[in-house]
Amino acid sequence: MLGRLASPPAPPGPFRPRFWRSPLRGPWLTAVFSVVLLVGVSLVAVTGFLSYAAYNPALGGNDLTSGKGLLGFYLFDWPTEPVWLYRVTQGAHVILGLTLVPILLAKLWSVIPKLFDWPPLRSPAHALERASLLLLVGGAVFEFATGIVDIQIFYGIFPFDFYTAHLYGGWVFLAAFLVHVVMKFPTMMQGVRSRSLREELRTGLADTRPEPPDPDGLVAVEPAPPTVSRRGALGFVGAGALTVFALSIGQTIDGPLRRTALLAPHGRDYGSGPNDFQINKTAATVGVDTAQTGPSYRLELVGSGSQQLSRADLEGLQQYTYDLPIACVEGWSTQQTWTGVRLRDLARMAGVDEVGTVFVESLQSGGAFSRTTLSGDQVRDARSLLALSVNGVDLSLDHGYPARVIVPANPGVHNTKWVSRLTFMAPGQ
Amino acid sequence: MTDTARSPVRRLTGYYGANPLHLLTLLASFALAGYAVSRVVLGGPWLGLALWFVGAAVVHDLLLYPLYALSDVAARREFRKGEFAATVRGVPWINYLRVPVGLSGLLLLIWAPLILQLPQGAYSRASGLSTSAYLPRWLLITGVLFLAAAVAFALRVRLAGKAAPGDDPPD
Repeated sequence: MLGRLASPPAPPGPFRPRFWRSPLRGPWLTAVFSVVLLVGVSLVAVTGFLSYAAYNPALGGNDLTSGKGLLGFYLFDWPTEPVWLYRVTQGAHVILGLTLVPILLAKLWSVIPKLFDWPPLRSPAHALERASLLLLVGGAVFEFATGIVDIQIFYGIFPFDFYTAHLYGGWVFLAAFLVHVVMKFPTMMQGVRSRSLREELRTGLADTRPEPPDPDGLVAVEPAPPTVSRRGALGFVGAGALTVFALSIGQTIDGPLRRTALLAPHGRDYGSGPNDFQINKTAATVGVDTAQTGPSYRLELVGSGSQQLSRADLEGLQQYTYDLPIACVEGWSTQQTWTGVRLRDLARMAGVDEVGTVFVESLQSGGAFSRTTLSGDQVRDARSLLALSVNGVDLSLDHGYPARVIVPANPGVHNTKWVSRLTFMAPGQ
Repeated sequence: MTDTARSPVRRLTGYYGANPLHLLTLLASFALAGYAVSRVVLGGPWLGLALWFVGAAVVHDLLLYPLYALSDVAARREFRKGEFAATVRGVPWINYLRVPVGLSGLLLLIWAPLILQLPQGAYSRASGLSTSAYLPRWLLITGVLFLAAAVAFALRVRLAGKAAPGDDPPD
């Protein structure tokens, strides 16, 4: 048997158990981090897969990834109710993901001696398990790193498409995560039960002793004297999570608290005017200028026929006002008061009484979101507008003047700005 | 147990090193991961993605971890060699250094692109704002963290000074 073959002695350094001196490493501490990660990472994963569903990737042209195949099995028509749905799911995905960074780092710290297991491969089972751990650790760090870099608009560093990489990387990670949970759940529960949390929180540095030796070898054979208690270590990691959370949550909140998101990309203050809220793409970036949005602007309405509407024509139609959030895939969100024409009224004008989908096109040149498809349900919602103004004044150019889409619970990038053409299609068309 | 008494399952278990359920669970996991990878391969450039995937684990395990672990060891050793003792009036100072450095480093690790102004062009095209605000903000937060740690340490030392000599310092 492989396991019984004599293996050469471990090379010096981290491959020898005596190298690892921390008196805090042990199954209890690792289990505490694991419980938090099990709950937290599950929530981040679920909200992440929901974000893909929110794009309605089954509708023409909406899927930005390379093709979902069987992995789209869970997709459903993204609802418009409650209006804050995407604001909450995507806010949770990003903010919770950021908050978990210190806990993930702490967990990796707590098990790092296992990386240097000697002999490296004891049996085929051990080899497969280690391969799976590479997917687990690589996947976790990959998903966190790509997400964190993406929300800072640092796309330039990716040699791949973010949506495809982050989504299918997420599946690879999930595959390894599930098997890890299945295999380690009993160990984790045993670890949690091995000590009393309440007791640990009462134990200071002077009384801190290493955990008893464990079969996995997490506990140091020759522990150094402790420099921090277990409660101190937990407090340190918790303070890290709290710091990151407190400095990010502001970008999902309106009002003065938004400014508490000091390091978050969309926690900034634009001013106090009606159009002073977060911009995701400026007009200049996507080649939209006032020449296109001035008096010569026409919205083309396509259905049973085709007609051209000027901005004045649109203003002459029945207007409706709703408070709706705009929530970005990058996690930030803001609620504003939008006024405009109902999409379903425009569908009727176009001669399409029963709408299957609407294809929305923008004046913007290029970019993945210059065009998008909305579902029939989204068009039928009374609060789905082609907005002309916000907070009582005309939209600014950067917010989509002369006209933009705003649909409840829709991902921000699908609320197309500078709309130039709406093509309503009957079901099955 | 003699070989003749061993069932095929036990023989497999013996050779493989774990029970067959272990093997099946892992194979199922690899199958799902493999299918997800095939989605990406269909999409075109996958080599960069594979490098990032393995690179992510390597960067953490062989760069980030040794970096912070060695810094911690070095901080404790270097300061002890010099005129600093490990404790002041029986209060160890190491954690009043670890906490602000750790929290500040964590914020830098997460927000490095904005703090170092790496996506300046893309960021201002997207938001209409400049990235120049982030470095001063991070420095300010770092300053506040160190100040808070210094004040907390001073208070702790003062308390320890008032306590009867020979008392165990609190952690």
